[in-house]
Amino acid sequence: MAPPPANPQAYLQSLSRWRPLEIAFWLATLLPFWLFPNYLGLANQIAVAALFALSLDLILGYAGIVSLGHAAFFGVGAYTAGLFSKFVWGEVFTGLIAAALMAALFGYVSSFIVARFRHLTLIMITLGLGLLLHSAANSAHFITGGSDGFQGISMWKVAGLFRFDLYGQTAYAYSLGVLFIVFLCARRLINSPFGLSLRGIRENWVRMPAIGADSRAHIRKVYTISAAMAGIAGALIAQTTQTVSLDALSFERSADVVVMLVLGGAGRLYGGIVGASIFLIARDQFSGIAPQYWYFWIGVLLVMVVMLLPNGILGGLSALLAKWRRK
Amino acid sequence: MSVADTNASSGFALSTRGLSRSFGQLVVARDINLNLPVGARYALIGPNGAGKTTLINLMTGMLPPNHGQILLGGEDITALTPQARVKRGLARTFQINSLFAHLNPLEAVTLAVCERRGISPKFWQNIAVNKEAIEEAYDILTRLKLGDVAYQTTRELPYGRQRLLEIALALATKPKVLLLDEPAAGVPQEESGDIFEVVASLSNDLTLLFIEHDMHVVFRFATHIIVLVGGAVFTEGSPAEIAADPGVREVYLGKRHHG
Amino acid sequence: MLPPIFGVLFDGVAYGMLLFVLSVGLSVTLGLMNFVNLAHCAFAMLGGYVTVVLMRDFNWPFFATLPAAFFASAVVSIIVERTLYRRLYRATDLDQVLLTIGLAFISVAVAAWFFTTQQQPITMPGYLRGSIDFFGLNIGLYRLFLVVVGIAVTILLIVTVEHTRFGAQVRAAVDNQRMARGLGINVDRTFAITFALGSGLAGLGGALAIEIVGLDPQFALHYLVYVLIIVSVGGLGSILGSFAAACLIGISDIAGKYYVPELGAFLIYLVMVAVLMWRPAGLFGKR
Repeated sequence: MAPPPANPQAYLQSLSRWRPLEIAFWLATLLPFWLFPNYLGLANQIAVAALFALSLDLILGYAGIVSLGHAAFFGVGAYTAGLFSKFVWGEVFTGLIAAALMAALFGYVSSFIVARFRHLTLIMITLGLGLLLHSAANSAHFITGGSDGFQGISMWKVAGLFRFDLYGQTAYAYSLGVLFIVFLCARRLINSPFGLSLRGIRENWVRMPAIGADSRAHIRKVYTISAAMAGIAGALIAQTTQTVSLDALSFERSADVVVMLVLGGAGRLYGGIVGASIFLIARDQFSGIAPQYWYFWIGVLLVMVVMLLPNGILGGLSALLAKWRRK
Repeated sequence: MSVADTNASSGFALSTRGLSRSFGQLVVARDINLNLPVGARYALIGPNGAGKTTLINLMTGMLPPNHGQILLGGEDITALTPQARVKRGLARTFQINSLFAHLNPLEAVTLAVCERRGISPKFWQNIAVNKEAIEEAYDILTRLKLGDVAYQTTRELPYGRQRLLEIALALATKPKVLLLDEPAAGVPQEESGDIFEVVASLSNDLTLLFIEHDMHVVFRFATHIIVLVGGAVFTEGSPAEIAADPGVREVYLGKRHHG
Repeated sequence: MLPPIFGVLFDGVAYGMLLFVLSVGLSVTLGLMNFVNLAHCAFAMLGGYVTVVLMRDFNWPFFATLPAAFFASAVVSIIVERTLYRRLYRATDLDQVLLTIGLAFISVAVAAWFFTTQQQPITMPGYLRGSIDFFGLNIGLYRLFLVVVGIAVTILLIVTVEHTRFGAQVRAAVDNQRMARGLGINVDRTFAITFALGSGLAGLGGALAIEIVGLDPQFALHYLVYVLIIVSVGGLGSILGSFAAACLIGISDIAGKYYVPELGAFLIYLVMVAVLMWRPAGLFGKR
């Protein structure tokens, strides 16, 4: 690695420069089109889950807010996109924007509650709000279809050209494109002055007011942004699979996304993408086993990650790399 | 260094009036009235448990008082949040390091500078475009002899350097009044002088209040000394007056328990 | 004749007593160590299965299985505490959440392995079956028994905490851990014992719950939500807080299901969010 530049401005600039490994990573996301044409449906699921995990990373990995109810915004986005296609039109991009705005609105309102709490109460509040929304959606049968699922979504061709096909080619290309654009925004955000403040909140919540920072305002803002991103992820799943079911809002989805992010490594942007890929590929490979045994392995994995790999797979890899470089 | 300006017209930089706080039966601050003139170097001394840190917590808003007022440059700030007080120019450091373990000093001080300059809400621009803020942060680090470790993770810095970073973070808020809670706590005695040299070199229009146990340091750097005992001001005066006060001596030798 | 609302209230209180026995241990250990133990209901589930096995395969009487359920959960919890939990007392909330929810997931799978995902019915002794008539109100004998147990546990806990040396140590440690250490209290040992007692109570709660809510491997996760709600609504470390919160949640849940069944569990989540908005530290919480 080159020695850090003496000029502090150039040094900070160098931190946000694109690395060759990153470019290679994004090129590799195109490989499924040629290597695994039969698995594009799964690739689409991974892209959506990666986006969802990325949205959680902003609040959990960067601002240190543990949320057990993040599926609320995923679900709001999914139902909004569904309703939008049913009652407005089937154009996908306006549907995405509508979903993002609606999820952002939910996020903004709940952020006033969330920003007041820390620790267990915060976990309970996010869990409670998530469960509240889940049972509300279950009761609001006339909007959501309740436990029967939401029916009647039909999407137009993407950009008027590409129909959502049976093999998931369009779906994966579309979701991957959206993931990449949102990723660019998230990358920009964490390298911004605001991103630095978020890391400050994560590192030392007590010190922030002593340097004049209004942590709650920062938290409200990042929570809203994160909700909008989760809403986009939900909208993608609604548009590409053309159904929405109640489990878009479920506790399992909230828990799964935390597992994915922690498995990959929180607070490092790519953690959620890596974690989502491993989690969903593993689940696909072990789809034969009963769900309760699937969760056995998730449990074992969580215990191992906490005990042996506290920064997730990417954290472990970068520690290994640092050790290797020092030799 | 900036030149001292003539804002003495506003009277005192920081005052407290009848500041009191208790936890149930335990009184930790009893009717405290203080006036710190602009540019003063005050030392706050007293036996363990006298309520010195509590007083700083009350002044900075980390602990609400039961009674009394706090005035900053004549303005009543008693009802303001801690961060609003910082924005008005009242900064503090912590006795036990309260740093950002995984940020480096440059990032940590830039963070504080960005918060003060109001650019921290900007989530759409790269931090590196804020040339002035970054240079200001780097300048503070160089002044505090932290320039050579600006890119090292805070957690890996030697302890003495971390103590200096505590002060650097407070300075980044451009305080008018700076409250230092044992700036050299835990630093070997031969190094604590270095930290106070840095403190002494701060600009003359900055008003200082520091807690310190080492009497040599107190008499060397303070222009005025406040003795706190049992949550109340026992006495205050110039170093010479305090040195000559037999009551203070007794308090420190432990013969008297309460003032 | 009493109107049916009294019946709903009684069932709600009985249910609340069950939730109290399940959750009080978590409240005390959270207040003591700030350790977020999401595997608490796994210990409760263990107690439930101990009772099932002893009654079904060894023909033990119901009452004799209750102490066994208590001890089994307490012993297993000590092992887990010594090997895993104690390394994470200073870790972040997230690490604690991940480790303990991981253990809860494992417990669900292990229970499903040994006992399948089916409900495990047990047959109550005759004197706990049936009901009595109280001014036209149908009072289930088992529910009456639950209320008695709940009140007995509350009194026992309060007497222990308020009037024994051990209780004084626990109170000191909850109030101010640093000061307690300074006074020479072995906080780690105090915590280990409290943790075992709390988990034992959870095991007892699991055994008592079979007759009311059934027992299957999802118990460890499903009732976790109820327990966490009670702990945070009642306030960490407060026995009376847990008692009040358990009654509140028990009555809300039963009344909600009776009067507005279409809302499902909506009502208790609403109660929780409302209480925490009003008092972030819970009804009886200090912090």
